[in-house]
Amino acid sequence: MSWVLSLPLLIPFGAAVLAFLLKDRPSGAWVSVLGSGAMLIASIVLMVNVLAEGVIAGQMGGWPAPFGITLVSDLLSAVMVVITAITALAVSIYALADVRPRIAGLGYHALFQVLIAGVAGAFLTGDLFNLYVWFEVMLIASFGLLVMGGSREQIDGGVKYVALNLISTILFLTGIGILYGMTGTLNMADLAVTVPEVENQAMVTVVAMMFMVAFGVKAAVFPLFFWLPAAYHTPAFSTSAVFAGLLTKVGVYALIRMFTLVFVGDISFTHEVLLWVACFTMVTGVLGAAAQNDFRKILSFHIVSQIGYMILGLALMTPLAILGAVFYLVHHIIVKANLFLVAGVASRIAGDTALKKIGGLYAFAPLLAVLFLIPAFSLAGFPPLSGFWAKFLLVRAALEDGHGFVAFVALAVGALTIFSMTKIWAEAFWTPHPEGKEPRLSQLDAATRWSLLLPIAGLAVLTCIVGLFPEPFVQFAERAAGQLLEPTEYIETVLGARP
Amino acid sequence: MNSVILRAAARLLVGLLLVFSVFMLLRGHNEPGGGFIGGLLGAVGFIVYAIACSTDEAREALRVPPEKIALFGLGVALLSGLASMLFSDDPFTGQWLFLGATEDDKGLPLSTVLVFDIGVYLVVMGAILTLVFALEEEI
Repeated sequence: MSWVLSLPLLIPFGAAVLAFLLKDRPSGAWVSVLGSGAMLIASIVLMVNVLAEGVIAGQMGGWPAPFGITLVSDLLSAVMVVITAITALAVSIYALADVRPRIAGLGYHALFQVLIAGVAGAFLTGDLFNLYVWFEVMLIASFGLLVMGGSREQIDGGVKYVALNLISTILFLTGIGILYGMTGTLNMADLAVTVPEVENQAMVTVVAMMFMVAFGVKAAVFPLFFWLPAAYHTPAFSTSAVFAGLLTKVGVYALIRMFTLVFVGDISFTHEVLLWVACFTMVTGVLGAAAQNDFRKILSFHIVSQIGYMILGLALMTPLAILGAVFYLVHHIIVKANLFLVAGVASRIAGDTALKKIGGLYAFAPLLAVLFLIPAFSLAGFPPLSGFWAKFLLVRAALEDGHGFVAFVALAVGALTIFSMTKIWAEAFWTPHPEGKEPRLSQLDAATRWSLLLPIAGLAVLTCIVGLFPEPFVQFAERAAGQLLEPTEYIETVLGARP
Repeated sequence: MNSVILRAAARLLVGLLLVFSVFMLLRGHNEPGGGFIGGLLGAVGFIVYAIACSTDEAREALRVPPEKIALFGLGVALLSGLASMLFSDDPFTGQWLFLGATEDDKGLPLSTVLVFDIGVYLVVMGAILTLVFALEEEI
């Protein structure tokens, strides 16, 4: 079992080493594509195993839990790893045409693979300190990717990004220290057993809040989100797509994991806080987006607003709400990464990302317009796309739980999302280009066109599939939510797993 | 920095630091030390050299670009973890070879754990030197 669990981590690391050795040649980019493809296969194998056998756990180095480092995968971890691999594959194909040779020569593809390894590691680990290590791997790789190219605004965004993430890391580490002092263990499954036995439950709540802030910064929730819109519109498009798709979701995943498995002692307090955080996150994000006039900045603020929905699912903590949160996570990664990829193509053929400076995409690049419309409408929650089901599940969960006001907020935010998507649509697609340019896809040569549009089309098809046939996905999310709310299987598998 | 005293001292210090870094790496298995601290000490050796003479000379003395050293180290560490696949153990399980072992003497123990530590040593040294050289050259 251990190898099935660790291959999705080892493959990107191996690809990183190879990609770095070949960084000055075009083959380096292909190593990244192949690595992502291999990782996708490994993660599907993992998923099949989890579906067949339930939670699986493995002990690295043969040291039994809770002493060694445990890798563990339930359905949520498995689906997150699969979706990470899908995003990695899409973005690495896109990067073939998007990343300039000078940036590739700095080691772009190697860092990209290290980032993917960090993300997959965070999803698979069963140990808090190990989670911290994966956060650091991600932070280092993402900082490198963010400032690559070295323009002034990149450095500016990068400094804000690193400063806030370091604060989050320090809080996380402090929380880990206190938790270890109280329980003597950092294995998550073991914590789930020992934390309820701690005498000083008030202190546990304090630590829970430290974790909430630490992961909240990573997930970009209100009021800790401002590093995100400051940084995400600056780097290469493939970089911002993978950031938008995956990085904040690691924070959300960590919140879901810790606040369903370990910190469930004082739900009336912690999850009440989360509920308010979720509402404010949704509202501020969408209002921020309404005020922006740049393709990528609008999308960045939308990430913040959408994170609110996932936190909402966690805060309600009913089976239906957790189901909705899991569904939302998966849907959002696909859609958001795709929108950033579309922004990249739009900027490439129309010349900019500032909405005032572009236009005419609907008249001259109708294919791109359709490819934008699918994820954009999905994000806003139009039936029958995936976003509709995600929002529907969460709103219904809120109503069933007697939170009419929260449901209203969620619906209003959905409406405002449509407003800012219409803004992009009207300015970039409908109005004619201010300089009279004709932004056609045929300006790009065939190879570039394929490598840019293929991943976009692939992700759009995925969105449609999830939207048109939601039944199996909802059933899957239901099982995942069941495992999260009834963690006995998780705990027994980890603590019972002997090498 | 152009100082005769520092340059003269550096000759002595650099060698001493590098030898000490290897000592720390090897000692690390059962006592405080190991790849991480060894790598840091090794990096300090080259940093002293870079400050005393110049980064160009330090790069020349290193022969290989530091970022390559770091990635090579990552590869070494990864391979040492994969070695346990051959013996169908869990990933990163230490594989041991006792050279010249007898009944009461374990002989010379060799293991993939040491290989992993060497990988860590190279990663740390390469990464730190990449950063420090970049900062030194900026000024």
